[in-house]
Amino acid sequence: MSDKKMNLNLKVWRQAGPQAKGHFQEIQATDVSEHMSFLEMLDVVNDNLVRKGEETIEFDHDCREGICGSCAMVINGNPHGPDRATTTCQLHMRRFKDGESITIEPFRAKSFPILKDLVTDRSAFDRIQKAGGYISANTGSAQDANNIPVPKKKADLAFASATCIGCGACVAACKNASAALFVSAKISHLALLPQGEAERSERALGMVAQMDAEGFGACTNTGACSASCPVEISLENIARMNREFMFASLKKK
Amino acid sequence: MQNHSDNGSVKTTGWMSSTIGRKQLVGVTGLGLSGFVLTHMLGNMLILVGPQAYNQYAHALVTNPFIYIAEAGLIAMFLAHMFIALRLSWSNWNARDFKYAMRPSGAKRTTFTQRSLWAQGLLILAFTILHLITFKYGPNYTANYGGIEMRDLHKLVIEVFQEPVYVAWYIVALIVLGFHLSHGVGSSLQTLGIHHIRYQRHFKTVSIVYALIVTVGFLSQPIYVYFLRG
Repeated sequence: MSDKKMNLNLKVWRQAGPQAKGHFQEIQATDVSEHMSFLEMLDVVNDNLVRKGEETIEFDHDCREGICGSCAMVINGNPHGPDRATTTCQLHMRRFKDGESITIEPFRAKSFPILKDLVTDRSAFDRIQKAGGYISANTGSAQDANNIPVPKKKADLAFASATCIGCGACVAACKNASAALFVSAKISHLALLPQGEAERSERALGMVAQMDAEGFGACTNTGACSASCPVEISLENIARMNREFMFASLKKK
Repeated sequence: MQNHSDNGSVKTTGWMSSTIGRKQLVGVTGLGLSGFVLTHMLGNMLILVGPQAYNQYAHALVTNPFIYIAEAGLIAMFLAHMFIALRLSWSNWNARDFKYAMRPSGAKRTTFTQRSLWAQGLLILAFTILHLITFKYGPNYTANYGGIEMRDLHKLVIEVFQEPVYVAWYIVALIVLGFHLSHGVGSSLQTLGIHHIRYQRHFKTVSIVYALIVTVGFLSQPIYVYFLRG
């Protein structure tokens, strides 16, 4: 396997803390292998910064295999970089050209305050999840799975919605910083299943209320969220959330 | 849990004060107004038939007792659509306090039409006000058909569209309306929860075709008058 090396001109957002004023810093990334992931490239850059006695670029990362949703950053204006259905950790440097300039910014939304450099506080998603994104299961031994028949097509749809890893790229991509795609995926995956039926209305009302309370914008149906989503959550979920919320509001006592 | 009130129920919000409820109001009023512009365009097509048909159609509309209900409904829809949408745009704008240095590209980008809906709306508002001043509250010519005296709107329309500036302004405003509709019709359906995997791409096509029919239909009128009735 050939290993082409490249040099890149990075423009990275540096911000010392939540209240600090941020700025772009130009950093040269030299001898970058085309086989590296974007995060590995940043690891090398950070390694060089440590050697020079400078402060490293802070960024979130965890599993590095595209399932945890930690690696939040906006690369040349695109959340998770230029490719579809990709997290930043799954983005490879061969996607870039030698000598290219790359602008790296944090996810920007008022509801995702910046903690440091590229690290944002995305706990707003946790609070939305807590406002109804669960089922209340009784304790005791689990009943037989076949007691509740779920048609295959429904199960597949619910599963597709459940694949949302909660990374926040939908918010980052949206011109309104709307969380509609995330919230709709969480509402959908339970609304589609019999297990979620009992708390269906309460869930839609609670999660939407929390979404609004967190200060996310409204949905303009541009589709930029779905295009930026690492697991390609479909816009159908947003329509389902709109229906769920409308009927739940009508039925509310 | 922190998001539950003391009695154990989940904190909720009223439909009208939620972002989704407000979007749904914008969608419903938008669809109502879309229906209006289509019928308005079709009625105005009588300009191609002749002065008598045009004037008698207008006369039939303004003498119908239901006109006041219809007008009140239109004004209510227009104002609700505008105020709720502008309010949403303002909070959407504020949901991101620091803007990105670079715009997204490829599939992750948004179109200029989608980003400028609020500006299109303001232009349509300005157009509507001027349009009402020009025609509804414009010079009152009269015509007489079979002993019934009525407003000669046809004469006024022919007169107004001799002016190249007017024709140009109408063309610009109606093209903007077309872009607004091409996004709005399909987007309203989605906001109201109407989405079906099989028909989804047809919804988008219908939205664009609807916008084209309204815009091209409307545009044909000043262009016809300017070039063929000059």
